[in-house]
Amino acid sequence: MSVSPQGFGGSDAWPAIVIHEQDRHFAREVERISQAGLSRCYHCRTCGNGCPFVGAMDYPPNSIIRMVQLGLRQKALECHTIWVCVACHTCSVECPMVIDIAAIMDALRRLALEEGAMVAETNILDFHREVLHSIKNYGRAHKLGIMLRYKARVRQWFADLDVGLRMLAHRKLDLKATRVNALEEITRLFIPHWKRK
Amino acid sequence: MPGGDLIDISYFPGCSLATSAKESNVSLMESSKILGLNLIELEDWNCCGSSSASCLDKELAFALGARDLSLAPAGRPLMAMCPRCLHHLRYAQLRLRQEPEAHRALERRWGRPISKDLEIIHFMEVLVRMGPKRLQEGQVRSLNGLKFLPYYGCTLFRPPALRRQKYFQAEMGTVLTILGGQELTKALIYRCCGSFLSAARADVVTPLVNEIMESAVATGAECLVTACAMCQLNLEIRCTWEPKIPVFHFSEILALALGAQDYESWFVRHLVDPRPLLQARGLIS
Repeated sequence: MSVSPQGFGGSDAWPAIVIHEQDRHFAREVERISQAGLSRCYHCRTCGNGCPFVGAMDYPPNSIIRMVQLGLRQKALECHTIWVCVACHTCSVECPMVIDIAAIMDALRRLALEEGAMVAETNILDFHREVLHSIKNYGRAHKLGIMLRYKARVRQWFADLDVGLRMLAHRKLDLKATRVNALEEITRLFIPHWKRK
Repeated sequence: MPGGDLIDISYFPGCSLATSAKESNVSLMESSKILGLNLIELEDWNCCGSSSASCLDKELAFALGARDLSLAPAGRPLMAMCPRCLHHLRYAQLRLRQEPEAHRALERRWGRPISKDLEIIHFMEVLVRMGPKRLQEGQVRSLNGLKFLPYYGCTLFRPPALRRQKYFQAEMGTVLTILGGQELTKALIYRCCGSFLSAARADVVTPLVNEIMESAVATGAECLVTACAMCQLNLEIRCTWEPKIPVFHFSEILALALGAQDYESWFVRHLVDPRPLLQARGLIS
């Protein structure tokens, strides 16, 4: 079944929200992980109006909350918005119902990774993975290493080359990484808890 | 520092200040020394997890922050300059307070106590507690009416979970006004700089940064001053708007006013050379 907005005097351009495949436990699950109070949302759209990144999102933040409320699991987990959000918390502060919207995005990213959902922004995910790789190996983020490995992963060697070279010229990128001495304490954190002894 | 005792403070630099923004670290140490603070770097600190750990794995972010807290000696506060590091460390502490089992498990694993009452503060709070008198006593150069825009970025927008903590980042303008600068504020001073999207989605960040810079120039600012090393980097490398104006670390301007001498080595590390502006204002020779 699809709900057409036409009956409410809307235009044909609005995308219909297909609700026949809803997951009735989805909202509770996201609420449990995020502790964000998402059922308080009454869709005033303040979040989207203040968001600096809304232009790069496929749905504004309140639409994501609506998807969760309606139980549209796949749609919510496969959207661009959850990866574009940088957790600057502009929306969380402006929200009149004090909903921790960034925490909802965190929860959705976690579910998307756990369930192997299609990731809409693979470059952003690749970048995060390289940062974690660096932390795992050194205990600290080594920027040059992260950028080189990231470039190799996304195969875009020439994008941003000028910026990289300028940063190198101003000695902003250290060639050698500094390390944590007790590195085993760090690497152990990366072993999933069920494998730890 | 005339007449002041050294105050011991544990210091968490974070990855940016330790590497790409070394000038911020050096100038922070310098100004602290002049003000009579004794910053003791946290021994064997690790990355707070940055945005990436908290994006992909909250538990990992929590454990990384908790390890840093486990290294902090009791009896003196832990200070950070990077607003994001401060967030992540405070978040880890909040979780430790809320989850006694996790707290015990981590203490057992590392074999050292983790204080739940450790005070985690920003450099700005140290300055506020010190009071303006101390700053004026240490002042050597006046900022000569340097028109600056204090750029706070998204650090003042904090997660609702950490809302009840003390923050003093908004003092940047006050402190530099005391030291003779002229503060301008009618611009996008709280707009997020784009954070990690600068690496993966530069196409999104460039228009944002340009908008911030354009608004700064429109109010008549000669430079931006920021408390966050990542903001400083993003504003410099992603700006395509002309004319480019310099972006300073807060600690650089502070150290300059307090009479630091080795500024040359900080300013060569800027992508937009700030020296012509400072020379025109008579702040450096």
